[in-house]
Order: sequence, then C-alpha cells, then structure tokens
Amino acid sequence: MELFKDLYVKDTLIVASSPHMLSENNTAKIMRDVLIALVPAGIISVMNFGIRALILAVLCVVAAVASEFLFQKSIGKKTTIQDGSAAVTGLILAYNLPPSLPYWMAMLGSVIAIIFVKQIFGGIGHNFANPAATARIILMMSFATPMTTWTSSGMDKTAEAVSEATPLALAASGQTELLPSTLDLFLGFTSGSMGEASAMAFLLGGIFLMARRVITPEIPAAFLGTMVIFALLAGEDPLFHLFAGGAMLGAFFMATDYSTSPMTKKGKLIFGIGCGLLTMTIRLFGSLPEGVSFAILFMNILTPHIDNFCKWRLYGRKQG
Amino acid sequence: MAVIKRVLNSIHLEHRKSTMDLATEVMPVPDRVYISVVQHIGAPCEPLVEPGDYVKVGQLIADTEAFVSAPIHSSVSGTVVKIDKIMSSLGSVDKTIIIETDKRQEVWEGIARPHIQSREDFIAAVRASGLVGLGGAAFPTHIKYNPKNIQDVDTLVINGAECEPYITSDYRTMIEDTENIVYGIRIIMKYLDLKKCFIGIEKNKPLAIKKLKYATKNMEGVTVVALPSTYPQGAERVLIHQTTGKDLPMGKLPADIGIIVSNIATVGFVSDYFKTGMPLISKRITVDGNAVLFPKNLRAPIGARICDIIEHCGGYTKPPKKILMGGPMMGRAIYNHEKALIKNNNAILVFDKEKASFPEESDCIRCGSCFRSCPLNLMPTEIEKEYHLANIEGLKKLKVSMCMECGCCSYVCPAKKQLSMINRLAKRMAQEGKK
Repeated sequence: MELFKDLYVKDTLIVASSPHMLSENNTAKIMRDVLIALVPAGIISVMNFGIRALILAVLCVVAAVASEFLFQKSIGKKTTIQDGSAAVTGLILAYNLPPSLPYWMAMLGSVIAIIFVKQIFGGIGHNFANPAATARIILMMSFATPMTTWTSSGMDKTAEAVSEATPLALAASGQTELLPSTLDLFLGFTSGSMGEASAMAFLLGGIFLMARRVITPEIPAAFLGTMVIFALLAGEDPLFHLFAGGAMLGAFFMATDYSTSPMTKKGKLIFGIGCGLLTMTIRLFGSLPEGVSFAILFMNILTPHIDNFCKWRLYGRKQG
Repeated sequence: MAVIKRVLNSIHLEHRKSTMDLATEVMPVPDRVYISVVQHIGAPCEPLVEPGDYVKVGQLIADTEAFVSAPIHSSVSGTVVKIDKIMSSLGSVDKTIIIETDKRQEVWEGIARPHIQSREDFIAAVRASGLVGLGGAAFPTHIKYNPKNIQDVDTLVINGAECEPYITSDYRTMIEDTENIVYGIRIIMKYLDLKKCFIGIEKNKPLAIKKLKYATKNMEGVTVVALPSTYPQGAERVLIHQTTGKDLPMGKLPADIGIIVSNIATVGFVSDYFKTGMPLISKRITVDGNAVLFPKNLRAPIGARICDIIEHCGGYTKPPKKILMGGPMMGRAIYNHEKALIKNNNAILVFDKEKASFPEESDCIRCGSCFRSCPLNLMPTEIEKEYHLANIEGLKKLKVSMCMECGCCSYVCPAKKQLSMINRLAKRMAQEGKK
C-alpha cells in the first residue's frame, strides 16, 4: 500500500470533467444492430432470387468498406471502417438493386455512395443525403435498363419467365390482374429489387431496431401512416402500397438514417409525413412506378431546415 | 393542469450500490486535519484562531460577516499548527487551518442545545450550526430556509433519491437515523410554518421507503414518494416535478412556487443539532470504487485528508488513476489524494486505470440520444455547435444556462463525446459574453 501511495498517487491522477461513467453503447454497436436487423431480409432475398443475391450483397458491402478505407487513407484521415457504417450503407444499397444487376454496376454504386455522397462531405454524420438512396438514383439514371430488369421470384413455382415486371410497375401500367396476392407481397414471394421483396422481413428488422432503441418510431410511423391515409383517400389498397416496393425498407432503414433525418420528435414526424406524401404522389401521378428513394432524398435536402424549425421545447419554459 | 402527467427524460444507470448494507463506521481522527475556510458556496470565512491556539471539538474557528456564508468549527481537539494557503478540492487557493490532533476529542465548553422561540431563532441556530446543503451543493442552509417570500412557502421537499451510482451515505442516514429525520422534519415544518412535506426516495431503496413511511404515518401532510430508479431523480427540478407535480419555471427558485428543497442528510443534521448542539464537524460518506480495499460507509471528520480516509479503508488495491469527490455522474475528479474532506462531500470513489480512462471521441452521428436524455430538453449537440462557433447569442437562445450538468448527454452519447463538459464551458461563455 505504501508503495502505491508514493509511486503512483502524486500528480498521476486523471482529472476530467464529469460524468466519469459512460454507457457501453457506441457507434459500432448501433451499426451492428442495424446489420442484424437487415439479416432476415437478406435470407428471404436469397431464398427468392438465389445465390446471386448473396454475392451481390457481399460485393456491395466489400466495395463500400474498401472505398471508405482507401479514401480515408489517401487523404490522411483516420479510418472509420470499424464503426460499421460503411458496411450498412453497402448492404442497404444492395437491397435497393435488382438481383440481376451486373456486379460491377453494383460495386460502382457503393463507391459513389461512400466517396461522393458520404466521405467528401466529411464522413459519418456529415453527409446531407442518404448515400444508398442517392447511389440508387444515380445508377437508375445511368443504367436504366439493367436497373429495371427484375428477376421473378424463385418461390413463385408457376412463374416461368426469368424476368417480369414488379408489382408496382404492373399496377402503374394497369395490369392489375397479374398482381400477386397481398400475402405473397407481405412475405416477399414476388419480383423486385432485393429489398422490395419482403415487407415482413423489414417489419421484423424495424421492430428489432425500435426495441433496441436504435431508431424511434416517429419516422416509420409517420411515413407509413401517411401512405395508408393517402392510399385510402385515393381509393387504392393501402396494404398493397405498404407491402409492394421499397416502402418498408425506406421507412425503417433509409428514412431513419441519423445523418440525414431530423433530430427532434416533431422534426421526425414532419420528415416522415413528407416522405409518405412524396412517395405516394410519385407512385400515383409520376411516370416512375416507385418513388421511395426520391422522396427520401428530397426530404434529406429539407432536413437542416426542418431541424431549425423544430427546436425542442425546454422544460419549464412556460411560466407555471 | 395537464391531463397526462408529463414525463421528464431520464436515463437508466447501473446502481452499483454495493455498500448499501454496510453500517456506518466512525473513523478515528487522523493525526492532522486540514480545514479550509471555504466549505460552502459564498464568501470565504476568516480564521478566528492562530497558530499555537488550542482548540476543542465543536469550537468556532472561522466565520465571516458576509451574508452568504456559514461558520466553520473544529472537528477535533488539538493545536493549530499553521494557517496555510492550500489549493482545495474545489480548485481555489484558500486559507486552510491545520490542526494537530491530541486524539482526546475534548468537547468545547460552549456546546449547548439551542433555545428556539421563533422562526428568527431557528434561522439563527441553523446558521450557527454551520449547516450547508449536504446533498452536494453546499449552499448555506440558513439562507435557503429563509426565503424573502417565506409566507408563500408551504411545502418541504426532501431529497432522498440518491440517484448517483455507488453512493449509499444518504441511504444509511435513512436507515440508521430514521427518527432523526422525522424529528428534523417536525422542527423545520414547525418553525417555517410549512403545511406539506414530500420525501422522494428512489424505488431501489425499498427498506428506506418502508422505514420512513412507517415513521411518518401519523404525521399530517407528510408523504413518502417512491421515485423511479432512473437518473437524475434527485435533481431539484426533477424532484419537485416528481413529488409535488409542479413545474419549476425557468429562472425561478423553488421558493417562488412555494417550495423549499432540502437533502435528507441536511434534515437529519438539523435534528442532531437541536438535540446536542454539536455543529457540523463530521460527514457521513461512502468510500467505494474498484481500487479501494475495504469499501465502507464512514462518519469522517471534516478536514480529514482523502489519503487518511483511504488508509482507514485498508488502502489502495491497485494504483489509483482517478479519485472522485462525489458520485461518478457529477463528482469532481481531484488531482491529488492529499485534499481534505469538506462539508458537502458525500462520497470518495477510487478507480484504477481501466475504469478511469475514457474511450476515444468520434464524430457525432446525429442519433439524437442526447436530446432524448436531457431532463430539461436541452439540445447538447446544438449547444456544442454554437460553442465552437463562439456564438454567444446562439448559446443564450439555446438556454445553455439552464444546464444542471447532470451528465446524461455524455453518458448516452454513442460517439463518446464529452457533451456535458462542452455545456459547462458554453455556460461560462454565455455568462461572460466572450470566448
């Protein structure tokens, strides 16, 4: 004891500002939870579209992580790949792509998402647009045909064609008699991008994230709620709109991206409602069958203004 | 009146109250005590003794005419060897009265039970006792008990939340001195003419709740409120909200809405003083942490040095890397273990290297956890931005002055940002009007 007293105690103590106890939570754990939440959708995707879907997802993740690493190395920044955010971006992008997309195009998408949407704006927390949504839109504009060629579901035993239109495209072109049942849509036995496939898997993942308190319910609830109301007012089937296309992936995993969505409760509600309105407007009146990524990107641009508009109300501000 | 009771944000912490069942031991007086003339918020006292003087237990050794102050008494009997200027645990350089103890602990002849006839007598007695807020703020109690609008004050709120992890000294007070607390409540309610009293205790202390409920069951107007075991239930605004249901408006004092808030140990001491006349010369503290051999609850003399207290607890088991006065959420890290115990200390926590170091900060990911953790709905990351821009107007707009430095934002931050520290610096910036 005497030893410690003289050797260590004098002027070797750490002096710091309180608190001196921190939670175990960190960015890497949050991203790990997001990756876990994305697993069920991945499994359904592979069941649906075969091993190609898995390879595509892995390549997207590898390309995203590698481009983040190389970019940060090249500009002499500390690398942040260990926080897992690049992997999340890569995986979400993969879920936004048709499973038949050439691999190099998918990997190019990852590079665009990480370097041009995320890193050049300062990396994690600093980008104003959702990397996956933006990369998808760029790919869509650049490679319109491969980005809209959809593989039919391998679970759909009656289908013989290798490619077919997505349910939303069918609905947009008025071929309603070819639409899959709502249950098939929910479970994901339909054609579409990997992430458009299974509403159920994303719902599961979303619930997991809410239970883990990684995301709060405001954005998904406002997003999907607005879509339901819009659909009812327009005389459409609300369940069809929820389960078809990328609404679930968008609402739970893309619109809730921390960097690009508002931080306050009120802001999140406005953001979610905006996403829902825009998605439905594009679906029903636009020339594209699906509008989730456009809606999210548009609301991303408004986010700083929503944040400025919605400050938290301070406790005790009102005279009691 | 809102139909749905507003829930203030709070966070879940590990309680780590492993010293809960350790009964309070009385620490023998060390060879020397170091009594600083700054033991409270307000004006420092002036020493009334000189080197060579013989002082006894409870003797007045420092006082001042200044309004916001409390007198200081000797915790030991012995000889004043020196009055030195020493940097105190609060970081200021103050006169410190160093007394060499004779271990006889002779009690000063002037000790007598106070005679109270009126409220004025009561307030004077509280001042004479040297009492300050024992919960940690060290604000002189006689001022708190004597607000300008005393006629409008009708409620006493007693803080028995003890929401900081590790600390169990208030819990021991509630268990061991239940009768004292009850008597203290009676005296305070009587002389301040208060009608209602709420005692807030966190649910993680069921025995304390039970004991106080039982002891106060025949007292009119006294309610024991079981608080949720979340942090920071003991913060003044939060406690008032949880016990009385009232919201303390910004920039107001509890007295403005008819409330006086006092810590449970403070109330317990009031009764001690009225029974014995012995002023505040010792303090119940929890000594814990992973680098101390025998964690204890102790009654230690004011002015005992940390190193002497640790030695009484068996010494260090590992090289200490951080020593805290107070709890891990709001306590102060001291740079040297030769600092002395002062009146408002309620714990000494010693941690090794592993527990003492912080993980590296990374970029804010805008998750908003800090917003959702702040009991007052402040926006820590917004404050941080304005702080780095040195935007004083912006800081004032964000009401940074409201921050009570509870540490919730830093605790929850996944990027490990020291938001609480930035808030502290930003508060000062906003106050001084410059960077």
